[in-house]
Amino acid sequence: MFHWLEKNPFFFSVGVFVVIAFAGLVEILPNFAEASRPVVNLKPYTVLEMAGKNIYKNENCITCHSQLIRPFKSETDRYGQVSLSGEYVYDRPFLWGSRRIGPDLHRVGNYRTTDWHENHMMDPKSVVPQSIMPAYPYMFTKTADIDTAYAEALTVKKVFATPYDAPNGTKLGTLEEGRAAALEEAKAIAADMKNKDVKDAVARGEIPQMIALIAYLNRLK
Amino acid sequence: MQSNAALEYDYTVAKLFTYTTILFGILGMTVGVLIAAQLAFPELNYLLGEYGTFSRLRPIHTDTVIFGFMISGIWATYYYLSQRVLKVSMAESKFLMFIGKLHFWLYFVGALAAVISLLLGFSSSKEYAEFEWPIDIVIVLVWVLWGVSMFGLIGIRREKSLYISMWYFVATFLGVAMLYLFNNMAIPTYFASGGIGSIMNSVSVYSGTNDALVQWWYGHNAVAFVFTVPIIAMIYYFLPKESGQAIYSYKLSLLSFWGLMFVYLWAGSHHLIYSTVPDWMQTMGSIFSIILILPSWGSAINLLLTMKGEWNQLTENPIIKLLVLASTFYMLSTIEGPIQSIKSVNAIAHFTDWIPGHVHDGVLGWVGFMTFAGLLHMAPRMFKREIYSKKLIELQFWLQTTGIVLYFTSMWIAGITQGMMWRAVDEYGNLMYSFIDTVAALHPYWVIRTLAGVFFLVGVFIFAYNMIKTMTSSKELAQEPKNQSPMAA
Repeated sequence: MFHWLEKNPFFFSVGVFVVIAFAGLVEILPNFAEASRPVVNLKPYTVLEMAGKNIYKNENCITCHSQLIRPFKSETDRYGQVSLSGEYVYDRPFLWGSRRIGPDLHRVGNYRTTDWHENHMMDPKSVVPQSIMPAYPYMFTKTADIDTAYAEALTVKKVFATPYDAPNGTKLGTLEEGRAAALEEAKAIAADMKNKDVKDAVARGEIPQMIALIAYLNRLK
Repeated sequence: MQSNAALEYDYTVAKLFTYTTILFGILGMTVGVLIAAQLAFPELNYLLGEYGTFSRLRPIHTDTVIFGFMISGIWATYYYLSQRVLKVSMAESKFLMFIGKLHFWLYFVGALAAVISLLLGFSSSKEYAEFEWPIDIVIVLVWVLWGVSMFGLIGIRREKSLYISMWYFVATFLGVAMLYLFNNMAIPTYFASGGIGSIMNSVSVYSGTNDALVQWWYGHNAVAFVFTVPIIAMIYYFLPKESGQAIYSYKLSLLSFWGLMFVYLWAGSHHLIYSTVPDWMQTMGSIFSIILILPSWGSAINLLLTMKGEWNQLTENPIIKLLVLASTFYMLSTIEGPIQSIKSVNAIAHFTDWIPGHVHDGVLGWVGFMTFAGLLHMAPRMFKREIYSKKLIELQFWLQTTGIVLYFTSMWIAGITQGMMWRAVDEYGNLMYSFIDTVAALHPYWVIRTLAGVFFLVGVFIFAYNMIKTMTSSKELAQEPKNQSPMAA
């Protein structure tokens, strides 16, 4: 049979494809029905949080930070409650990471505050003297892409039926409403910050990247 | 064998991909050394402003090495050896020549665009699939062109039976196509929202745990179908050619091929042990990783036994040295991976430096050495000149071997140290170390790792110099060498 296959590239290719596709069918597909249910009270990301998540995504924060607390006492002592599948339902993509050069961030919102992040992102060594994390000063001046975050929220609402605008849920509304809501949220965060560039920008109606990122990090609980 | 003499093979496309293998190899590995150094000396994050941070550069390192160096290397060797094992020249078909050149240039432009997009901060954050959707479309086109090129050449072949190398190349084509397409399914938000925001942004069609499963089914098997399957294709051709020995066992190559094809794909979920993925999937990943030792070692043993009775060549021919050590590192790497997939070991190893350590003994030792050996074997045949210097190959071999050993030993120690420190508790059951303690403890190993990277990179520069000299100023050959590649002392 194998000699025959080796002389017939078409059937050979079909054979290889069936053999390699088999595992995916058996091992991956069954999970799709099961894993897509949110935990109780999980709300979709606000536009500002979504903008922060996109910064986290685009800057590849996952190269050093995981978002997955494994079921060991050493991990729950350090980071908090074990991660549950239903907590990740609105994460597209998932942001678990694969290497902890820095600590896990899945519940960082429980034990770090806006001003801690502000100091840390401007100069990590000022809060953790031995830190090897780079500073991200440019995020204090660059403007966050709120429109793209809105577009993403609208996309997941339309395509994946993510429950925006549901009773007691996250409100999305029109683009103008989305921008206004993001600015309101940003003002509340800016009030806890001391950086002058950031405060000035928010007063002008702009939202620096740092505010969006902090909004996202504060949500991780 | 007689028909060989009559046939003039056309190496235009193989040469082009040889150049980019060297170019992207230097680029990707230089960035690799830089980011290794950044961990040991964080001030190095600020050399290029926002474009120089570890987080921006790390995907550039991985993707340039995978999609630049390695994919170029795969296609350089493919365009060289496919003509020979199919007994047909590309020059016989104008159409295939055109497709081949188009394949190269679209690839080259796409690869440059990909690097620039990562540098500018466009990323989907799915490892080894970071490119945003416009680049993905170019990659798919390039892949389709390779398919047309390969099946076209197979269509006009004279040798009816496909040689082992071609099995593996066909599998590479199918495997990567399937994995890449499914993992990168994403919806561009600009179009879905009716023209709002950035045109580059897209959202994955999978979410959370499902996305993780698809990603690591991809991530693990991208390693399979880029760093393993085509490398086996190469060694099954270059080792017998360079040594003049026939492959030890046809049956063993059959068993290894079909075994590898079936088993490899299951093992992806070993990246998700103790995650929120269902337990049975994690266990399947563990079990199949152990089973994977069989086909992996099957190939490696088959190749090592091919040298039976001719081990003296190891001392005489540095290309054989590279090939044999590549097989040996393949064995090391494919026993190490399954060990890390055992749940209790994974509990310590996951999220630590042991993982990049494991990756690098595979990619530097197995993939790197095989690619260098392949290109060195091809050079005298493509450029019709002898290899510029045997001494330089020897020097490269020893520098790089030292580098690899330093790399994986330091990463083993670093990984296990950090894994143990994370879980260490005092007599009252409290955690003994804060997270930053476990980072500070790794400094010496990160210095050694950087040094290891420098050793390897210097070897790459020596290789590049040797290749360029071979192309331009080495002694010309009157006729094509049969087995051992001719080289000046």
